[in-house]
Amino acid sequence: MFDFLSDYDDPSIWGAFWMTVKLTALSGVGSLVWGTLLAAMRVSPVPLMRGFGTAYVNIVRNIPLTVIILFTSLGLADIFGMTMGASDFKVQGFRLAVLGLVAYTAAFVCEAIRSGINTVPLGQAEAARAIGLSFSQTLSLIILPQAFRSVIGPLANVLIALTKNTTVAAAIGVAEAAFLMKEMIENEAQTLLIGAVFAFGFVVLTLPTGLILGWLSKRLAVKR
Amino acid sequence: MSSVLYDTPGPRAKRRNVLFSVVFFVLLLLLLWWVWQTMDDKNQLTWALWKPFTESQAWTTYLLPGLADTLKAAALAMVIALPLGGLFGIARLSDHRWVRVPAGAVVEFFRSIPVLLLMLFANEFYARYTGVSTEERPLYAVVTGLVLYNASVLAEIVRAGILSLPKGQSEAAMAVGLRKGQTMTNVLLPQAVTAMLPAIVSQLVVIVKDTALGGVMIGFTELLNTRSTLAAVYANVIPSFIVVAVIYIVLNFILTSFAGWLEKRLRRSKRSTGVVLGKEDVEELNAAEIRGSFGTGAGGGI
Repeated sequence: MFDFLSDYDDPSIWGAFWMTVKLTALSGVGSLVWGTLLAAMRVSPVPLMRGFGTAYVNIVRNIPLTVIILFTSLGLADIFGMTMGASDFKVQGFRLAVLGLVAYTAAFVCEAIRSGINTVPLGQAEAARAIGLSFSQTLSLIILPQAFRSVIGPLANVLIALTKNTTVAAAIGVAEAAFLMKEMIENEAQTLLIGAVFAFGFVVLTLPTGLILGWLSKRLAVKR
Repeated sequence: MSSVLYDTPGPRAKRRNVLFSVVFFVLLLLLLWWVWQTMDDKNQLTWALWKPFTESQAWTTYLLPGLADTLKAAALAMVIALPLGGLFGIARLSDHRWVRVPAGAVVEFFRSIPVLLLMLFANEFYARYTGVSTEERPLYAVVTGLVLYNASVLAEIVRAGILSLPKGQSEAAMAVGLRKGQTMTNVLLPQAVTAMLPAIVSQLVVIVKDTALGGVMIGFTELLNTRSTLAAVYANVIPSFIVVAVIYIVLNFILTSFAGWLEKRLRRSKRSTGVVLGKEDVEELNAAEIRGSFGTGAGGGI
């Protein structure tokens, strides 16, 4: 019944899901960095930076991810010749997909982090200054530890959404899970079975992430 | 301006802020100049590429029909998903284990699967097992995928809406002798619907964005799909992408602003219990409410 699974080797089913994991991991790290930078801009005292951060988030959040991913391939690569330092078409597609995912997901990471900073009551900072802590001490000892803990839950949501969003990379031919599913489901007779196998794959990927990070966020939550 | 991160700036901090502003402004200008130059180098700024968008033909033949299909799919998905979501949301709150647990399993299952997978599956399913015509099939597949996913997200919103009501509401209903069903339909739901409205409108943004997937992967003739036809005719890939992106931004910005306005307005009016749920509140409530949830937010909002 499952023999059709081994008929595919470019990509194989393991290869396809491994690609999904790689896309998720790389874009996750990338969007965490870029999203944190954006969040830093959005809460900074410099109005111009705040404006830039706000504009970026509001623009990117309202564009479908599909448009962004497709643009990286048809626009950046084909017209502007940004090959991302790749000689191979496959590697180039992968890197472009990561670029698109980072650009998109960072907007959501930024919002999650910003909401985390906002959950810290103003009194915490005022109390810290009142006992004579310097700005960097206030930030590193009082505010950020509390902010990070309250941000784990929302960031876990973003990570799960990112895992699901990597399927959009199939639109530019990155050989990940949705790409293989499209190929399989069009060529094989077992429609329901193929659907179930790939659905199961994603449940396996997303459920533990949610459970572990959900547990962690509850455990580390600041009790108020 | 003081925030939790910094004080109202004094003279030194003000000078530093001005310095940062100037440096950032210069960097931003350099970036813009670089983008402009690159576009100019690749001849993307020539008027011939942009001219089609000033004429009616590009709009009436390609963009507007595409936009109409986008809106049609989004509206259909919302209209079908809403009652389904309500049903599952209420089922998850049932006192009977055998209703609550299966409903929870279905909701969590569809929330943890990418919409694209659901669309691909629905497309193939209709092709093999039903007599839906080839022209109609992409629309059916897109709407099916969107409904399955968004009904489960809306179920969570409904659940959060009902849970956010003060306990006194259902207690009072019980005290005057209403049945469980009556309590739900006459007391809890009407108040919960008002509370949920902003979150539901925000979900429309997600639906609109997800229709674009159907255009690329299963050939549904929505905005992004008609864009590629347009770009093939006028040979203007970059301008068409920019115009389409702007259309999406404007459309979604209107929806987001409407949700925000609704939230503010409902918060001000005191006709219900005063609970109004924005998007973030739903996720928080569901995360806080452990019973019946596997503790996953499943990334509802993206």
